[in-house]
Amino acid sequence: MAALLEIDGLSKKFGGIRATDDVNLTIEKGHFHAIIGPNGAGKTTLIAQLAGSLQPDRGTIRLNGRDITAKPAHARARLGITRSFQITSLVMDLSVLDNVALAIQARQGHSFRMIRAARKIDDLRGQARAVLAQVGLAGRAGAAARALSHGEHRVLEIAISLATGAPLVLLDEPMAGLGPQESARIVAFLKSLKGQRTILLIEHDMDAVFALADRISVLVYGRIIATGPPEEIRANDAVRHAYLGEEE
Amino acid sequence: MALLERHRWITLTVMAALLILPPIFLWTGNEFYLLLATRLVILGIAATSLNLVLGYGGMISFGHAAYIGIGAYAVGIPVYHQTYGGFGFIASYSGAFHILLAVLVSALFALITGAISLRTKGVYFIMITMAFAQMAFYFFLSIDEYGGDDGLVIDIRSALPVGNLDDPLQLFLISYAALVAAMLLVRMIVNSRFGMVLQGAKGNNERLVTLGYNTYLYRLTAYVISGAMCGFAGALLGNFTTFISPEMMGWSRSGELMFMVILGGTATTLGPVLGSAVFILLEEFLSGITVFWHLPFGLMLIGVVLFARGGLMGIVQRRRG
Repeated sequence: MAALLEIDGLSKKFGGIRATDDVNLTIEKGHFHAIIGPNGAGKTTLIAQLAGSLQPDRGTIRLNGRDITAKPAHARARLGITRSFQITSLVMDLSVLDNVALAIQARQGHSFRMIRAARKIDDLRGQARAVLAQVGLAGRAGAAARALSHGEHRVLEIAISLATGAPLVLLDEPMAGLGPQESARIVAFLKSLKGQRTILLIEHDMDAVFALADRISVLVYGRIIATGPPEEIRANDAVRHAYLGEEE
Repeated sequence: MALLERHRWITLTVMAALLILPPIFLWTGNEFYLLLATRLVILGIAATSLNLVLGYGGMISFGHAAYIGIGAYAVGIPVYHQTYGGFGFIASYSGAFHILLAVLVSALFALITGAISLRTKGVYFIMITMAFAQMAFYFFLSIDEYGGDDGLVIDIRSALPVGNLDDPLQLFLISYAALVAAMLLVRMIVNSRFGMVLQGAKGNNERLVTLGYNTYLYRLTAYVISGAMCGFAGALLGNFTTFISPEMMGWSRSGELMFMVILGGTATTLGPVLGSAVFILLEEFLSGITVFWHLPFGLMLIGVVLFARGGLMGIVQRRRG
């Protein structure tokens, strides 16, 4: 399989702390790649550097062989990487449908269009409704984003990231703060995406990670200590010691 | 939906009253109120333009009076040279030329200052827009040719192909038509795909950037459109007052424009117009009672800001809810 994303020697320091320490990672096209690691391992920092909201000190990031290390976040999204946020990040004043429509709009190219009313463009609204139907939020389309429950927020957060059409989606703890039932729903939904998108998943819920991931990387103190298929990671002594062991 | 209908109904009623009442005042011998309404309508255009960036874009510009000044000088300076000679390339009585000049220079000023200001956020943005406006203020203050701080009398109003701005009723009607056009233009822009991005960036810039929008360019575009519209309002104001001085572009004038928008209700079509109406009428009414009218005026404004979130349009909404 072809590498979609290649991370080479990526490093980021905050003062004396190496948040990202010489990370090398290749993500194959169509894979579901999970990154696990204890709190403070630098998972979100890594995602921020991949999405472009944080500049690394050293190293390169290549998407489809193209160096995107210096590209700002909006340009990376155009090139095909988008992310979801651990803390729900929506336009709370706009409706649920508007939020998704903005993602669809982004997929359709630039939005320097000032004549037609966006809410009356059937194609745009139709596609946005289809996305909502897919994630079970069709009934909430007209509600203000802020009126949704936490569970619905998490679902919408993922739905918007996917609606951009970006081939690579970085999901930062999509199940954060969800109950078992809601988590299971999201896992089922993400499973249905397998093969269609390349997904880099950060998640604390180990059941979800082992159910979804094709490959897992373990990040500890900013370093990747192991990468491999789930069964290999489960059996890896260093991983058990550094991470899995502490939980069980 | 019912709320939206009510909104529209109120907007239409207020706009109809604003069209019908001033001529009636004129015909019943109260020309003064026609002039008051003309000023209100012109400042309504300026407030509407400010609302595009402040209300829908979340950009708190504290420098919009600069565009009013630029627009008014874009009338005054060509007229001055046409009358007294010099600077032949700019000398003109033509209204089309004045308006074009007002809009272009304002857009250029907005482009240059916006490109820099929009690199900053929050209180820094407020301060830097104010600083740029003060630069424009001192620029005109320093030019003795155009009267410096004494200002410049505009001897002859802009000549239009149709209509005559010397006739108070025609000036009012033209300004009113311009206001309606400005309101419709802003409404069209904010409801468009561009406008959705603008509003989205106001609510959550990081999310919009993550979706792939270079929100800086969207904001800058809105800022330039707003500046150009406000410059147009300035050209009308110059024709109305037939006088322009740097004082008209001072920071307190920018503050008044902000008050009009916030008082009326940000991010609504009617809000800025309602705000400028209440502002002008209160100013007139209170200053007739006492020379210390700024005190009750200020208290009222504070009251609205504190207790009527969403301004006067917000009160309308809550009464319904």
